[in-house]
Amino acid sequence: MRDTMGIIYTGDSNISLQELTLRRSIAALPFAGRYRVIDFTLSNMINSGITNVGIITQNNYHSLMDHLDSGKQWDLDRKSGGLFILPPYVSHDNTGWYRGEVDAFHSNMSYIRRSSQTYVVISGSSMVCGLTFRKAMEFHKENLADITVVYKEDKDATKEELSSHTLIRTDENHRIWDIEVKPSVPMSDKVSMEMYIIDKKLFEYLVEECAARGQYDFSKDILIRNLDKLRILGFEHDGYLAKIDSIHSYFKTNLEMLEPENFYDLFEKSGPIYTKVKDEVPARYGENASAANSLVADGCIIDGVVENCVLFRGVKVGKNAYIKDSIIMQDSEIQERVILDNVILDKNVIVRKGKRLMGQESYPVVIRKHSVL
Amino acid sequence: MVAKKCVAMLLAGGQGSRLGVLTKNTAKPAVPFGGKYRIIDFPLSNCTNSGIDTIGVLTQYKPLKLNSYIGIGQPWDLDRLNGGVTILPPYMKQTAGEWYSGTANAICQNIEFIEAYNPEYVLILSGDQIYKMDYSAMLAFHEEKKADVTIAILEVPWEDASRFGIMNTDEENKVYEFVEKPKNPISNKASMGIYIFNWKKLRQYLMEDQRTPSSSNDFGKDIIPKMLQDGEQMYAFPFKGYWRDVGTIQSLWEANMDLLEESSELDLYDPAWRIYSRNPVEPPHFIARGANVKSCIITEGGMIYGDVNHSVLFAGVTVGKGSRVRNSILMPNVKIGENTIIENAIIAENTVIGDNCYIGYSTSTQEKPSMDGNDITVIGENLTLPSGYKLDKGIMVDSENFLSFQAVI
Repeated sequence: MRDTMGIIYTGDSNISLQELTLRRSIAALPFAGRYRVIDFTLSNMINSGITNVGIITQNNYHSLMDHLDSGKQWDLDRKSGGLFILPPYVSHDNTGWYRGEVDAFHSNMSYIRRSSQTYVVISGSSMVCGLTFRKAMEFHKENLADITVVYKEDKDATKEELSSHTLIRTDENHRIWDIEVKPSVPMSDKVSMEMYIIDKKLFEYLVEECAARGQYDFSKDILIRNLDKLRILGFEHDGYLAKIDSIHSYFKTNLEMLEPENFYDLFEKSGPIYTKVKDEVPARYGENASAANSLVADGCIIDGVVENCVLFRGVKVGKNAYIKDSIIMQDSEIQERVILDNVILDKNVIVRKGKRLMGQESYPVVIRKHSVL
Repeated sequence: MVAKKCVAMLLAGGQGSRLGVLTKNTAKPAVPFGGKYRIIDFPLSNCTNSGIDTIGVLTQYKPLKLNSYIGIGQPWDLDRLNGGVTILPPYMKQTAGEWYSGTANAICQNIEFIEAYNPEYVLILSGDQIYKMDYSAMLAFHEEKKADVTIAILEVPWEDASRFGIMNTDEENKVYEFVEKPKNPISNKASMGIYIFNWKKLRQYLMEDQRTPSSSNDFGKDIIPKMLQDGEQMYAFPFKGYWRDVGTIQSLWEANMDLLEESSELDLYDPAWRIYSRNPVEPPHFIARGANVKSCIITEGGMIYGDVNHSVLFAGVTVGKGSRVRNSILMPNVKIGENTIIENAIIAENTVIGDNCYIGYSTSTQEKPSMDGNDITVIGENLTLPSGYKLDKGIMVDSENFLSFQAVI
């Protein structure tokens, strides 16, 4: 797919994960033991053969830039194309504060115009899945679509979950005839994955036109307004999808990685997931360690008991500590005899000897970065 | 090219025949070690951490895996505009070509590479040792002593001294005598095979050595004794810390097992002295319900459904349900089926072992049996052992002979 460029929009400020997103964007949220959310979208693009990717940043993008670096780990340190980080800037017609995705695309129009590709794959950054865009692209070309929207039919989702997403309705020819953005009464279970394929020339035109009218929302102002005029089709993703839009969904989807089926779907089916390399030492289990149903990253030193957990890189679990149903981020230290149950520890948290923390499955305890308990 | 103060030359061409099937298709420095490393990661990381950024790697035996592993040196931060890592295989000259006939000859054939950087000093390293060492401290020592050559030495236990090349020194660490494997050692300062030479001096000795037909073109056997004989300033730099030559099955196995100690002498966790490696692109490892992991090292891509005790597991290893792995080293992408028992074994890369197998199985229930090299079972790379396969302890098999060694228990 050398004829396709990728744009990842990481600026969604409507979603808040409280403590976890105070100092980072959702794209930079740690996920599944050694990744950040953006690694999945970015790797999906790489695995599709896209070699020109622009990443639009808005809030708290320091940790994202630190993570992406030169793009080397994704093989995007290229002479032609490669990785472009597009931070906000101020100019005579630009405030540096994006009023929506379209505003962000408009601000970065010079990069988009300069790119030599014919098609654009646009993606948000709060959905985690393993897919290549190859099939979606074939679908897009075969069906002569103007815009293809990748969606997931989520039969198990509750009404509350559905009503926090953009939902689509399609006819038997995949044509989308209705789109609702965060409806209070969901009429469909087809969740837009905020991933779109579009002809670059058309994309440029639509963005310019939208911006000229002072409209900035991609779903509302480009998709919904053009349902009659353009051939907008839905392409179904039939694999695993994690939608990260709340502490609860973050917690739930991380623990879903412990199901081999989801794990396979995300990590093996569509190609490797790349991330920043930390040169950590392999994980070491002590004589009294015990682990069950857990994902453990490199650099961990485990002397206690770990059950149904996701441990990120460099986590230490002391002797006689017992950790259950929890997510422990990078370099956190759990000392001897600590008990954790339904807890999310952000990076570099220290839980001192003998402390106990209990949350609920529906309401996990979240401990902020660098806390000492 | 910009001149460099010190250029490192890493001898990585040896066959390592004592590692048997493990080096059948791989040069010794590319043999996996410690869960995610290969032996060569140690000298390369030491160089980077010591501020030495120009390294020539001399390859000869089965270099494919080594070459592709080193690549442009990016994992060790050695992808430099000026310097960096360069692979130096033997090559044809105008009239003829020749293989590297010895360690000194290998350097001699690459004088042009060294001259290009016009260094004051040359550091000679070997690719079969596990240790962390600050070469810049050794270089400072070399300069301070105004030495012509400095040899790193390790004080070994007296009873082992007769297995090493021993340096006899005065109280200033000036070497006055070098004895290869002495029967009655008068010092326990063993040469580690790590040398710093003044380049001009070394160049002169290399040229002279080439003109001596009786020479075996070896640093330990020819260059060092000759320099000592000529009264050059030779000093011994005392190294303290963990150092293992992993040239045999026994020592390779032991050095891996050393990492399982709670306070291992080899500290790989020091952020100021990382050991870098080419990281596999794999998800975190998964420990299933019902699995049991104790005293072991497991890395990314692992899928553990069985029991793993006192073992080192590399990237992408699978241990099936009901299987038991003890005192063993499973190299990258080894897959173990269900209800298989593996004890005291080294299993090389990409080998697949079926269900209900017994590998190196002994009826003794000792927690950590005393191992001598003859007791370790070694299985070569890329094999597929059928279900029900049995292999007695102490046997080494590869793709050519594994069927004929199948034991009946």
